[in-house]
Amino acid sequence: MLDRITHAQHTLDEACTKLGRPITIMEVCGTHTVSIFRSGVRSLLPERVKLLSGPGCPVCVTDQGYIDAVMQLADREDCLIATYGDMIRVPGSNGSLETRASHGNVKVVLSSEDALQLARENPGRNVVFIAVGFETTAPASAVVVKEAAAEGVENFFVLSGHKLVLPAMRALLSGMNDRIDAFLCPGHVSVIIGSGAFAEIVEDYHRPCVVAGFEPVQIIEALAEISRQLAAGTPQLKSLYGAVVTEKGNVAAQSIMAECFEPVDGYWRGLVKIAKSTLALRRQYRQFDAFRRFGLADEPGRNTSGCRCGEVLCGLIEPIQCPLFATRCTPQTPVGPCMVSSEGTCSAWFKYGRRK
Amino acid sequence: MTAHPERILLAHGGGGQLMSRLIQERILPRFRNDTLSELADAARLALPSGDICFTTDSYVVKPLFFRGGDIGKLAVCGTVNDLAVSGSKPLALSLSLIIEEGFEFAVLDQILQSTADAARHNDVRIVTGDTKTVERGSADGIFINTAGIGVRLPGVDLGLSEVQVGDQVLLSGTIGDHGMTILSQREGIRFESQLESDCAGLAELTCSLFANVAGIRFMRDPTRGGLAATLNEVAEGSRLSVEIDERQIPVRPEVQAAADMLGFDVLNTANEGKFVAVVAPDTADECLRLCRDHALGRDAALIGAIVETRDAPLVELRTKIGGRRIVQMPYGRELPRIC
Repeated sequence: MLDRITHAQHTLDEACTKLGRPITIMEVCGTHTVSIFRSGVRSLLPERVKLLSGPGCPVCVTDQGYIDAVMQLADREDCLIATYGDMIRVPGSNGSLETRASHGNVKVVLSSEDALQLARENPGRNVVFIAVGFETTAPASAVVVKEAAAEGVENFFVLSGHKLVLPAMRALLSGMNDRIDAFLCPGHVSVIIGSGAFAEIVEDYHRPCVVAGFEPVQIIEALAEISRQLAAGTPQLKSLYGAVVTEKGNVAAQSIMAECFEPVDGYWRGLVKIAKSTLALRRQYRQFDAFRRFGLADEPGRNTSGCRCGEVLCGLIEPIQCPLFATRCTPQTPVGPCMVSSEGTCSAWFKYGRRK
Repeated sequence: MTAHPERILLAHGGGGQLMSRLIQERILPRFRNDTLSELADAARLALPSGDICFTTDSYVVKPLFFRGGDIGKLAVCGTVNDLAVSGSKPLALSLSLIIEEGFEFAVLDQILQSTADAARHNDVRIVTGDTKTVERGSADGIFINTAGIGVRLPGVDLGLSEVQVGDQVLLSGTIGDHGMTILSQREGIRFESQLESDCAGLAELTCSLFANVAGIRFMRDPTRGGLAATLNEVAEGSRLSVEIDERQIPVRPEVQAAADMLGFDVLNTANEGKFVAVVAPDTADECLRLCRDHALGRDAALIGAIVETRDAPLVELRTKIGGRRIVQMPYGRELPRIC
């Protein structure tokens, strides 16, 4: 294992020397962010290789406006909120789901199926599933929408905040951050959409895209592959995660996602509105749409003053450059979502690297 | 007279006949000893001379029964371990039960039996106790408090002020077993696994170490907050840094897999049958050897050392791939992740 690391380090060194400039690589997957921090990958890289954590954590990219819509639902007595655990501490303009927990109508679920089951067990209440996440969790939301439709469950609703990763990558390269030399492409998302999906980034923007799993050694090898391509001036699409990622991805998951959802323009925290980047329920499933059922507007939220999560997500600043980091904003009292999720960049910095 | 009720009634805590029968029929026979049988308002103990170590802990674990133990066993082992790592031989415990109205007698019996078994196994007596009942909804089944008394072993003087640069950090076995087991059996998360809690009393092992090895400077059981919390306490208390090597830290593969799946860090995960010791460099190997001779210490390892502090005392981990990172004091509760 250490041989492979030494070899990768050598490739990275050579590339930096040949290029004569720093290399900036962005990962767009929260699990990569955590693995990189937890295993100390950064400490093994040449100083000129800079890693940026992009919009890869599902909680972190969720706009404040969406959180505020969730809060409105949590304040309704007829609603039971079913949410993934990470979401309960994300602060909206006025408190978080955790602060509403005393109402007894917020339930943490581990799967979309648990949320639908909650609706079956509570026929007298409107169960709203807080459906966030990228292409990794969207198919599971689609499955339960179809199930609910087939069973005729009338008290189950989905507040879709699902996001697509490719439009965000395109937005970043189209003027938000022109320092990004390449992407370390997400492992889990690629299982669904297939490694081939990133070919458009290579073609349109001439940036290397390398898919990797979560073993630290594979991550370092992916970074080495990226640096090799950059030095050679031949950006390519490559997957090192062949064990589970195919070129075409999970076609069944893609098709159920496409059947239930359609891409619409959507708000991302700090990245403003991105065209065709958010999944909304299709017309034939609109009876399950919580936005429609409860008359909620999908509007951009006000950003908390001083919170620079948006710039962190774009890779424009490092957490430590945010004046709130580790002062007002800590894992105990998070101000922005990047500090809440275990996969958030600020949380990872706080936990694993603050004093470095 | 009607047959015994199958469930706890509020009246069982009322001080009358029902309570008396509960104690006489279900509690005393299981814990019988001369001190307890007097049923005095306070237990009178004749103790060997020396410093007394005194501790208390409350147990509210959910679920009540888990692979490798239950709330009763935990309530004995947890308090025994607090005494053990303080350098004492545990002698006597109190046992207070707070029981929710409607709690099944059959379940109570099972818990009392395992409490008694754990006490016998750990060579401590339950010498005094209390039983309270609360209305349905005011407690989650049963809560247990135990307090314990031990006598400090002669010549043992533990403290973070004793810790010095060069000292070795010894861990008595695998980490994360208890925390991940509890999580795997919790409502809403439950998944199939072969995980088993490490819940066990450590006094026999620690007493033998204290009797046979010099140079043990500090010891603590890494329960809530796990190894990360304990080592951060060592760093803060000693004003020295701790450097540990991930490759030396024993973790069962199934525990690591469960932690990875849920996004938890095993370093932050609770243990209920392990200790961390800071030992002088010249006796560390001997301490490790003795530890491994005992069933509860056979996976023991030297996982790192106390080093000079550069700016602030911190815990640093050398990772499996040779990287370095800081191990922070865990904060509150970790949230299961989305994907």
